[in-house]
Amino acid sequence: MPYTAATVQLLSPEGTLVESDAAQQYLPYIDALSDDQLRDFYRQMAVIRAIDIDAANLQRQGQLAMWIPSLGQEAAQVGSGFAAKPQDHIFPSYREHVVARIRGVDPIRIIELLRGLSHGGWDPKEHGNFHLYTLVLGSQSLHATGYAMGIQLDGATATGNPDIDEAVIVYFGDGATSQGDVSESLVFAASYQTPQVFFLQNNHWAISVPVSRQSRSPLYLRPGGFGIPGVQIDGNDVLASYAVTSAGLDAARSGRGPHFIEALTYRMGAHTTSDDPTKYRDNAEMDFWVHRDPISRYVTYLRGRGEGDAFFAEVAEEGADLAADIRARTIALGVPERGSIFTNVYSEPHPVMAAQSAWLEEYEASLAGDPTSESGSDRA
Amino acid sequence: MSIENLSMAKAINNGLRRAMDDDAKVILMGEDIGPLGGVFRVTEGLHAEFGGNRVLDTPLAESGIVGTAIGLAMRGYRPVCEIQFDGFIFPAFDQITTQLAKLTSRHEGSLTMPVVIRVPFGGHIGAVEHHQESPEAYFAHTPGLRVVTPSNPHDAYWMIQEAITSNDPVLFFEPKSRYWPKGDVDTAESGWPLHASRVVREGTEVTLVGYGPMVTMLLQAAEIAAEEGTSVEVIDLRSISPIDYEPILASVRKTGRLIVAHEAPGFVSVGSEIAATVTEHAFYSLEAPVLRVAGFDAPFPPAKLETVFLPDADRILEAVDRAMAY
Repeated sequence: MPYTAATVQLLSPEGTLVESDAAQQYLPYIDALSDDQLRDFYRQMAVIRAIDIDAANLQRQGQLAMWIPSLGQEAAQVGSGFAAKPQDHIFPSYREHVVARIRGVDPIRIIELLRGLSHGGWDPKEHGNFHLYTLVLGSQSLHATGYAMGIQLDGATATGNPDIDEAVIVYFGDGATSQGDVSESLVFAASYQTPQVFFLQNNHWAISVPVSRQSRSPLYLRPGGFGIPGVQIDGNDVLASYAVTSAGLDAARSGRGPHFIEALTYRMGAHTTSDDPTKYRDNAEMDFWVHRDPISRYVTYLRGRGEGDAFFAEVAEEGADLAADIRARTIALGVPERGSIFTNVYSEPHPVMAAQSAWLEEYEASLAGDPTSESGSDRA
Repeated sequence: MSIENLSMAKAINNGLRRAMDDDAKVILMGEDIGPLGGVFRVTEGLHAEFGGNRVLDTPLAESGIVGTAIGLAMRGYRPVCEIQFDGFIFPAFDQITTQLAKLTSRHEGSLTMPVVIRVPFGGHIGAVEHHQESPEAYFAHTPGLRVVTPSNPHDAYWMIQEAITSNDPVLFFEPKSRYWPKGDVDTAESGWPLHASRVVREGTEVTLVGYGPMVTMLLQAAEIAAEEGTSVEVIDLRSISPIDYEPILASVRKTGRLIVAHEAPGFVSVGSEIAATVTEHAFYSLEAPVLRVAGFDAPFPPAKLETVFLPDADRILEAVDRAMAY
């Protein structure tokens, strides 16, 4: 049982609202949600799961080099993703596909990354301030803290107007908490009292290594040593994720400094499609978490509020359509133009890039008459 | 012309001040750079002048300094980080090489990374371990970074400002053995672009190439060689990445002999790179193999042995003799 007495839960695994002292302070955030917003929580969770499952299939069919499943972590991501305001900046790790989607990143951009066509490449400014995935664990935590320092230097937070006050949220996992950069970012955040939320998804496994190898004490206690308040939530409870993240971001944007949330969740799938979880974890653990599935409890909750079959059927169709659409677009993706290797290494002219780019062009041209050469097959 | 006679430390200080005056987005970050003015006093007075929001005394964490500088640059700032000593840069190596260097490329050009990392480097100050190293080749090896080093106060004054206005990340190596000797600084005109190498002494028989702290040593060696009857040309590289080869190749085509010198170990070094490139481009002009005069391929020794470890005028002249013997 990974939950502790401190774990904030608003929605029980049975799909009922939790009456507790700890829950009380967060319930106003839920009460303020409209029916459409509550439906959107479900829609995003269900649709990303459909995309997620089909993307793993695409990998098995040789269409992707790798896929990174988010199966089981939908509630942690959807709740926190919706808690961010439009002006907030989001620094993901590499599994936050649904947060990306909520902020306007087409999932095909993530497909491109995992098909070997890009390193991300979207412009955060034009994609809901959702920054690029960072594959070296924990590195993004410092970028997030630096960005939050910049917000502060600009005087763009703690103005008293939460509609314009800016804040930052950074995602990372239990494995990344062992990285020095995460600790350094906590030091800097505490020191400068940055407007940011550290959102830890503790999915209990860093590839094959259990969280007990990363920490012998609950991770939500760690920020306390840095002078940053930490809260542990049931990360499979989308309402808790939404409400506690909203509260943390509100506090951060009002000048009360950084906040840390540990969302207890579970990576129900593999770390990536290159992984084989049967080699290191047992079925009993999986069963425990299957019964705490983030989506099924939320379905019960919505049905209890009167949502009927039609809505769930409509979302299922939307997920299936989108997965099919992404599949078709994936297969149609071309290969980047070869010269792009050199294009953005520097933002200003660089003699080595110019020389090597010219050399490659000449070399390719020299092969033009060779029928065994692939030259000329580039996407225009 | 407006000439001031300044130490390199003061020249950089003035250059930083001018850059901060010119652009409110320029901020300084580092350990002890505030009221103390840095352990070498390069930022002296700037905290008092610009305040704590422009000159940030950071927590003691190099990866944190560079990592947060990246975030600040994403926000539109132009951070200038000070790494206190050369040997302390490695905790930040990951943020510099896997993040800072690659972010413009990862963003397909929509993001620039105008971050400068100042690094006092090199020996001849008699300091303890990790305080006298020359790690520049690690960074020159990394695509996406620019790496420069001034050898004199005039260049230092201008190059720091040019590094700050660059939209790409720049590693700015400051030869700490040259911090205190004074030289003339023309504050009206730079004279050369950031990445230009430059002939600092003309000669006809041997070309010596070096950068940063080694340039003074090369000029001394050239003076002695002249007394002994050998005419030596000296080139100050100024930029390690990219390298401006034209003046080097032109010189080699004239002299037929090239020696590259630096304090850093010679294995997989700037000297190795220049030797290979010059051999490719000026093979038929060479009268002798390209020679390297470098620190030994050993850890920097305790300070009492540094003069044995570091190339000096005699070791350069020994190489001149070898080159002339072909």
